[in-house]
Amino acid sequence: MSVPELSILIIDENRIRASIIEDGLREAGHTRVALVHSVNEVARRITEILPDVVVIDLENPDRDQLEHFFTLSRALRKPVAMFVDRSDTAEIQAAVEAGVSAYVVDGLKKERVKAILDMAISRFNAFSRLTRELEEARTALEDRKIIDKAKSILMKSRGLDEAAAYALLRTTAMNQNRKLVDIAQSLVTAAGLLGSDI
Amino acid sequence: MTEYRITAGFIPLTDSLLLVMAREKGFAADEGVELTLVREISWANIRDRVAVGQFDVAHMLAPMPIAASLGLSPIDVPVISVMGLNLGGNAFTVSAALWEAMAAAGAPADFSPADVGAALKTVVRARANKLKLAVVHPYSSHNYELRYWLAASGIHPGRDVELVIVPPPLMADALAAGRIDGFCVGEPWGSVAVASGAGRIATVKARYWPRSPEKVLGVAEAWAAANPEALLALLRAMHRAALWSSDPANHAEAAALLSQPTYLGQPADIIGRALSGLIAQGAGQVAAVDEFFIPHALGANLPNPDDALWYYSQMVRWDDVQHSPERAAVAAGSYRPELYRAVAGAALPKMSRGEWFDGVHYSPAELESYIETLRRSDLLIS
Repeated sequence: MSVPELSILIIDENRIRASIIEDGLREAGHTRVALVHSVNEVARRITEILPDVVVIDLENPDRDQLEHFFTLSRALRKPVAMFVDRSDTAEIQAAVEAGVSAYVVDGLKKERVKAILDMAISRFNAFSRLTRELEEARTALEDRKIIDKAKSILMKSRGLDEAAAYALLRTTAMNQNRKLVDIAQSLVTAAGLLGSDI
Repeated sequence: MTEYRITAGFIPLTDSLLLVMAREKGFAADEGVELTLVREISWANIRDRVAVGQFDVAHMLAPMPIAASLGLSPIDVPVISVMGLNLGGNAFTVSAALWEAMAAAGAPADFSPADVGAALKTVVRARANKLKLAVVHPYSSHNYELRYWLAASGIHPGRDVELVIVPPPLMADALAAGRIDGFCVGEPWGSVAVASGAGRIATVKARYWPRSPEKVLGVAEAWAAANPEALLALLRAMHRAALWSSDPANHAEAAALLSQPTYLGQPADIIGRALSGLIAQGAGQVAAVDEFFIPHALGANLPNPDDALWYYSQMVRWDDVQHSPERAAVAAGSYRPELYRAVAGAALPKMSRGEWFDGVHYSPAELESYIETLRRSDLLIS
């Protein structure tokens, strides 16, 4: 017996994250996946999409509005509940922690929807991890630039070689119980104020 | 010394005042509470993050604990109100174009709810398409207040206008962009719309329902049971914040603190006027509205089960829930006065609530006949 395929609507202002979730769902064999980025678009396309499952990110400022819209909308023929099972607190917790909410048309088999929500949660988590790693890499690169600049100031003004300049920065940081990059930043700022030729 | 760590969610509104002052004025720290405030973007997030325990407590809409306890929320976690945060503070703002039409139909500038409502009715009757009016959430005081005022003015809120949901900080923009024609929201967002020229405050909560309950401090019942001492310490801090905030001499400082980008991110003078009840009437005119915003006096902070029952009566009236004596008891039971009463002790002000402008008397002891009276009059709206 064939089961009709579920229509899934993803509402996310972050287009990259939305595409990552869409990819995951398509890989899992779902073909009826729609991506929407704004409330107006939801209102315009809801009757064409007729979703069984709606996934919304928690950072969406229009979540209250969308939630209300789904409870009222006649495009969703049956009442809508959030999440799969109101008593499955572990699943709900995982979803909220990942930053995702899901609205499900009443009467769907729990297992079918759970797989979709699990997928959304893991993709949301993967996306946050990616963003965090990118941010860390960016910060590390910025820090390196500041430290290099501080080193070159010391090398010029004190006639030190690179290793000695770095050692001086490190000892100062340790003595003052501050981060190396903070000492470097202070030095760069001070040099700028004093108009030193860097 | 820090004994308790408490995380609280809030929405950028003037009535987040007590939570912000508890932290910023050091009242929480004095009580051994390290209070972390997290600004949220939607009421749904406040509701869900309290339910899953990411927030220990939160700035909540008055009907939210009632809805959660009645099982109307998506996550089945009972929530209770342990303290009222204010009485009043909301305003109904309309677009410049709608105000022009209402003024032509006789709307006065004095916020009189009956006269402003009558003018709005004339405009609604003359229009071909429905006005779009926004509230902040289905289970909000704003939704039930606006519906009450409209119905009492002879406008059926379900049939004659379209009610939509917009988060408070986006109201002024939605009005300016013409996506909505009016909105009911807590300050400063009505005054922000007036200041930008997009809107005009037509009437205020303090006039259509004087001295009426607004935001609450909500907490999951299970968290309150598991952390009684932390909660008492927080309530002591909140009580001191309420006493401090009720002194008009502190309004300017409170407004400056609230205006910071991490809290409201709006001009301190607008917030300060909202605290002092000086409400812009448009065209540079400011009117002093008596009892516009009450953070402590008149029993503002004591959770009052009769207030919960009023919100419950409106939930029944508009078919959000079917009445039964058991459900009414659950609604009343979601407002818990004991803890705050113990904290306030002798400093508890005498409770006072006003009557609705239409003179229909609310008596919690005769809840069923009250609901019946309102429902009958709703049927007669033509």
